[in-house]
Amino acid sequence: MAISPLPTRSRANRAADRAASTTTPAPTRRRSRNLREQLRGWGMIAPAAILLLLFIFLPAIIGFGLAFTNARLISPRPVEFVGVDNFARLFADPSFWRALLNVGYFAVVVVPVQSALALVMALLINKKFRGVNFFRTVYFLPVVTSMVVVSLLWLFMYSKDGLFNEILNRVTFGLFGGIDWLNETTTAMPAIIILSIWQAAGFHMIIWLSGLQSISGELYEASQLDGTSRWQQFKYVTWPGLRHTRSLILVTITIQALALFDQVNVMTQGGPLDSTTTIVYEAVQTGFRQQDTAYASAISLVFFAIVLLISVVQRHLTREKD
Amino acid sequence: MKNTLRLTNAGTMLARILLAIAAVFPIVFMLVSSLKPDTQIFGDMSSVAAFLPIGNISVDNYTAVFDRVPAARFLINSIGISAITVALGVVINSMCAFGLSRMQVRGKRIVFGAILATLIVPFQTLALPLLWWVNQLPWLEMNGFSLELSKGWLDTYQVQIIPFIANAFSIYLYHQYFESIPKELDEAARIDGAGWFKIYRQVVMPLAGPATATVAILTFLPAWNSYLWPLMVVQSEELRPVMVGMQYFFQLNVSWGQVMAYGSLITIPVVVMFIAFQRSFINSIASSGVKG
Repeated sequence: MAISPLPTRSRANRAADRAASTTTPAPTRRRSRNLREQLRGWGMIAPAAILLLLFIFLPAIIGFGLAFTNARLISPRPVEFVGVDNFARLFADPSFWRALLNVGYFAVVVVPVQSALALVMALLINKKFRGVNFFRTVYFLPVVTSMVVVSLLWLFMYSKDGLFNEILNRVTFGLFGGIDWLNETTTAMPAIIILSIWQAAGFHMIIWLSGLQSISGELYEASQLDGTSRWQQFKYVTWPGLRHTRSLILVTITIQALALFDQVNVMTQGGPLDSTTTIVYEAVQTGFRQQDTAYASAISLVFFAIVLLISVVQRHLTREKD
Repeated sequence: MKNTLRLTNAGTMLARILLAIAAVFPIVFMLVSSLKPDTQIFGDMSSVAAFLPIGNISVDNYTAVFDRVPAARFLINSIGISAITVALGVVINSMCAFGLSRMQVRGKRIVFGAILATLIVPFQTLALPLLWWVNQLPWLEMNGFSLELSKGWLDTYQVQIIPFIANAFSIYLYHQYFESIPKELDEAARIDGAGWFKIYRQVVMPLAGPATATVAILTFLPAWNSYLWPLMVVQSEELRPVMVGMQYFFQLNVSWGQVMAYGSLITIPVVVMFIAFQRSFINSIASSGVKG
């Protein structure tokens, strides 16, 4: 309350005088003013709160419920409760297990490789040098390129007579080449992994970078006085300083990896022979293309349970180390 | 000692350059190929010419894009959808955060807690139930001069906008920012006779520029890039956004040069925006890390 100008104070005084001269008992007035304030507050909060209720909370509850019914996207039949039928079907479905395995494979490679690469990139441009802005911009360019564009561009580069095969052919003097990367069960997923890392590493570089910049410069100066090597500096100053950033990056990359969809839908449609199908792809396949909302809700519920489990486990692991 | 230092510095620079090449070569390849006819793209592929705009250069591929599909319509759709989502999102989420941060509202802690709890739900887990749900929702339609109630939001503009306006993360960002603005300002304004909405609009929001920039960018990027959702909810060609339009274009068996032209066309505006507002972009991404 550091307001000094006289006019305001006199106005406040006048307001106080008026309040004193009215006949209404003070408590009622205060209550009604309080009520009005409450209403105004709710008026500010309500639009966003109602939208979140309608498009996040309700769909979440509805999804939970629909997983135990026979609901279809468009159907004249009334929705009926069917118990755990959908889950029984789901757990007996080989393509669901294949999807779990595939996103597991994807995550196991992408999580460590992408976070390490992003950290290397962040370390390379953390210190100020001439051209630091240029490098930061360039490293970030793939991130502002949409995944759909990236997928079609790489689909072209991966094609049998595409750029990668030409380069490979050149480098190996004609020994290799003509590989149909996306149509071989063994190479399709690695091909998708590489482009995914290429697209998203710059994003996590920025998050590492903000973590790096929160480490105090004094720590580095002190370690320099002690004559530490670069590696020791990284090991004893940088790495411990990135504790929180680390768990954050692990959680976000893992969840993003499990939600793999765009690349697969554009490039391989889950094939060849289910070798690139994913949880979200299966959910879209059943819930949208086959209009089996109930089954897709069951898939989504299992997916959400996995996401929840992973964030709880990762949070627990990082907490113990603190 | 000095020599090894110079060597490591040279090594660092080399690593930086190699990574830069890795990051940028596919994009350069796309831009360059978009200017060439297919025969030349494949002819240049085995040499460095693949990355150089030389030879038979023209914008034919770009004109072909507009000839074969209503690409202009797709662009206008995406621009409109993103712009409305950003504008309404900035207003509604900041209002909500203002109420939660600065007004005396009973139960606001519970509401804020519930809003933050939604952050752990990835959109992909909600998409399919949401698809069923929006198909049940009613909508008022203008039919001549009378309003008519219709059921189902599939294949409309609003289904691409309304579910994405309110955003828990935007509310969180604004809330953080509002907490850092001294509350004495509100009290001063109240004594001057300003109502809460006036304080929100004329005192707090003008000070929250950086938060607004962050929210705008973090709302714009997913709206522009959105693919999974419009893939499911939009059937009509005239409602299609750019990303779904790109896949549709690709499936018409057009030439690779034309696909690259379409890709460049929808990437260049975002890249230009990124370079113009680089600092805000980087800050937005850095703050989105908090979400985990």
